[in-house]
Amino acid sequence: MSTPVQEGRTGLSRPTLLNHNLTVSTGIGLGISMLWFSLLVLIPLSAVIAAAAAGGWTEFWRTITNEQTAAAIKLTVFSAVGVTVVNVVAGTMIAWVLVRDRFPGKGLLELIIDIPFALPTIVAGLVLLSLYGVDSPLGLNFANTGKSVFLAFLFVTLPFVVRMVQPVLEELDEDVEEAAASLGANRFTIFRRIILPSLAPAIAAGAALSFARAVGEYGSLVLLSGNLPFKSEVTSVRILSAIENDNRAGAASIATLLLVISLAVIIVLDLVQRKVARRG
Amino acid sequence: MSIEVKNINKRFGNFVALENVNVSIPTGQLTALLGPSGGGKTTLLRIIAGLESADSGSVEIEGTDATQLPVQKRNVGFVFQHYAAFKHMSVAKNIAFGLEIRKRPKDEIKDRVAELLELVHLEQFGHRLPSQLSGGQRQRMALARALAVEPSVLLLDEPFGALDAKVRKELRDWLRRLHDEVHVTTVFVTHDQEEALEVSDEIVVINEGRVEQVGSPDTLYDSPANDFVMSFLGPTTILDGTLYRPHDIDVFTHPGIEGSIPARIVRELRVGFEVRLTVELLDADHEEVTVTVTRAHQRSLGLSDGIDVWLSPTHAAAAVPVP
Repeated sequence: MSTPVQEGRTGLSRPTLLNHNLTVSTGIGLGISMLWFSLLVLIPLSAVIAAAAAGGWTEFWRTITNEQTAAAIKLTVFSAVGVTVVNVVAGTMIAWVLVRDRFPGKGLLELIIDIPFALPTIVAGLVLLSLYGVDSPLGLNFANTGKSVFLAFLFVTLPFVVRMVQPVLEELDEDVEEAAASLGANRFTIFRRIILPSLAPAIAAGAALSFARAVGEYGSLVLLSGNLPFKSEVTSVRILSAIENDNRAGAASIATLLLVISLAVIIVLDLVQRKVARRG
Repeated sequence: MSIEVKNINKRFGNFVALENVNVSIPTGQLTALLGPSGGGKTTLLRIIAGLESADSGSVEIEGTDATQLPVQKRNVGFVFQHYAAFKHMSVAKNIAFGLEIRKRPKDEIKDRVAELLELVHLEQFGHRLPSQLSGGQRQRMALARALAVEPSVLLLDEPFGALDAKVRKELRDWLRRLHDEVHVTTVFVTHDQEEALEVSDEIVVINEGRVEQVGSPDTLYDSPANDFVMSFLGPTTILDGTLYRPHDIDVFTHPGIEGSIPARIVRELRVGFEVRLTVELLDADHEEVTVTVTRAHQRSLGLSDGIDVWLSPTHAAAAVPVP
């Protein structure tokens, strides 16, 4: 018995830093993934950043502080943040209802949730225009206002948090909640200290997705928002008009800024999520 | 009496889980709810805890009517089969949970957690996450968590059911010793008759939603109330229209004793120190009877296949007429 153990020891004490121990199949797999990732993500992103950097820092700064652009960025980012906050609350609630409650029409609701995913965005835009446009049958006219942007974001990002949280919620053991209850915890405390930490990673992932989707949204809002400068113009429209005016560096600058903001939001969400998941 | 359960009825749809159940559970003792799966014992335990509500009937804990009290207010400790660990909290945090809910001072919580970690032999593991513990360790953590709030009763639902045989046996002995130390009124659910016989002071046998018998392990084993209790507590065999335990039947190689029944050994099966003999009666029906003898006894009498023997129940053998 003792001999194989010793052999194992020597194997472990070998300098592992130099020896990556990649088998042929892992090597090929890793290689293909990296190549794929580089072609699709890294190289295009680098190209955008390079294009933005071409004009130098002053050019970059001048582009993003252009009054009209700054207004568009402000509208987009604030709306996206707002929508993400709404989604975190409403999405978690919808997921909760879908998992924990039984009611007639549940199957139908399951199906409807995914519609904003499945719908071509321009169709969504048309739907929003006919519902909340000038001739709104509901009497709600949001056309050509900043609110229309918020509304369109809300529509297209609805499923993200729901669909991230739902499977995690389904996997939660109810006896854990019962254990907490038997120790004297009320429903709110159980949610805050037992359920929420388990859901935090899923909620954060859903929030990141919905923020990223909102920041880049175009199709669903162009019809309703009217793209009025300083009022209802979003960054994606701004980028498009920069391209149309043959201002590639400007478009790349705005794009880079959006990239940085999205990255920052993802990092912040991850930090918050870790904090919540560790608490309890 | 620490827990008084009166006239409890519970249905799940058309399924009758509990029918008119009355049980008194004595203070400071270890009581087992024993019965086959789906017999209603877990439902009864959950009703005592307040995790489930009965359709009718009442539950009294330590003299106060708890029927309408929510689980949070019953001051019971509950231990689940699958540990129900708070996965994102350390072992120490898990144990401290109930005390934090009760808003005890920080120092007091710290001392109490240290004390409990020692009690369940997890002193070295306080900072670990439950996922870094073995099943047995997790269940001990769950027990410490339940004991932390000084519950008036400790309820355990198949506490060792998810563990492998060896750990189960160790934990069983340990629970018995722990109970001798802590003396909290304890009720545990099990479908393992050996576990119930070995650990408990009192056993409540539950089958198909009804209480079949209540008594000490000795009483239940020696004077079972009916054929169900008898056969649930151990192997049985039928001789002469009566249920006996296979080791309660004497085997003779001569027709010495009056009333002994002639038979022939048709099979023998050796399991460790015991030998299970299948014996065919030499009457018209050729009924088969199982008899267990020790290996030494088998040797001294030379019992083997094809030998003619005479059977007679031992003096004062537990016996129940077959319905």
